[in-house]
Amino acid sequence: MQNVPLEFYLIVSAILFTIGTIGVLTRRNAIVIFMSIELMLNSVNLTFVAFSAFMGDVAGQIFVFFVMAIAAGEATIGLAIVLALFRNKQTVYVDEANSLKW
Amino acid sequence: MSLLYFFFAILSILAIASAIVTIASQNPVRSAFALIFHFFMLAGLYLTLNAQFVAAVQVLVYAGAIMVLVVFVIMLLNLSNEEQLSERINFRRAIAIIFGIVFTIQIAISIFVPSTVNNNLHPKSVEIGTAQFIGKSLYSNYLVPFEIVGILLISAIIGAIVLAKRKID
Repeated sequence: MQNVPLEFYLIVSAILFTIGTIGVLTRRNAIVIFMSIELMLNSVNLTFVAFSAFMGDVAGQIFVFFVMAIAAGEATIGLAIVLALFRNKQTVYVDEANSLKW
Repeated sequence: MSLLYFFFAILSILAIASAIVTIASQNPVRSAFALIFHFFMLAGLYLTLNAQFVAAVQVLVYAGAIMVLVVFVIMLLNLSNEEQLSERINFRRAIAIIFGIVFTIQIAISIFVPSTVNNNLHPKSVEIGTAQFIGKSLYSNYLVPFEIVGILLISAIIGAIVLAKRKID
């Protein structure tokens, strides 16, 4: 069966990464910013898996697991920070957390 | 045109559409559910690359664990819809979209330079997608990074508890 070329996967991954970047830059809600970061991490995972399958090397898929573990840790810590922020300032909008801004 | 092209087109269009819904929706719960749908579509894309174990773990860990955490925090905080963004934010949005288009074009140009990578799926790709092959490799060649990831997760758990607990006077 004729398979899809590698470039198509890389283009989809690039588009998803850009969507995640735009989400991080434009949204104010900290939870949606975290979801955009997950989008970016997942697009890189797609690149890893695509290269792994096309080059016959398992290292790409191993790294996907490490990225997933980092993403889980990041989501845990980030959501705990959001909870602490909400408890202290009653907001999750990042531009209202400006105590350290000069 | 083979069946794989058809599946790839459907899955990637749905993945991109749900990613756009994720970042564009005003309601955080709606963007969380769009993101869960996006993770399922990505698992389908992994299946077209013969990576069956990664696809299963994608659904279990991302759609199952991380998104439950996110939805739980959204419920806990009882958020309302994001109000209409101000003038300054609109300016920032325009800048971000222009930056994004330029960035995508740059990546696309660099992707289409001639490469040495084979244009067909590697014949070993079916074998290396299985849990057996990945497990053997993870517990032999990549044992030290695996253990370090375990330490990282432990420290993330402790850090989350310390950050989120209420101060006891």
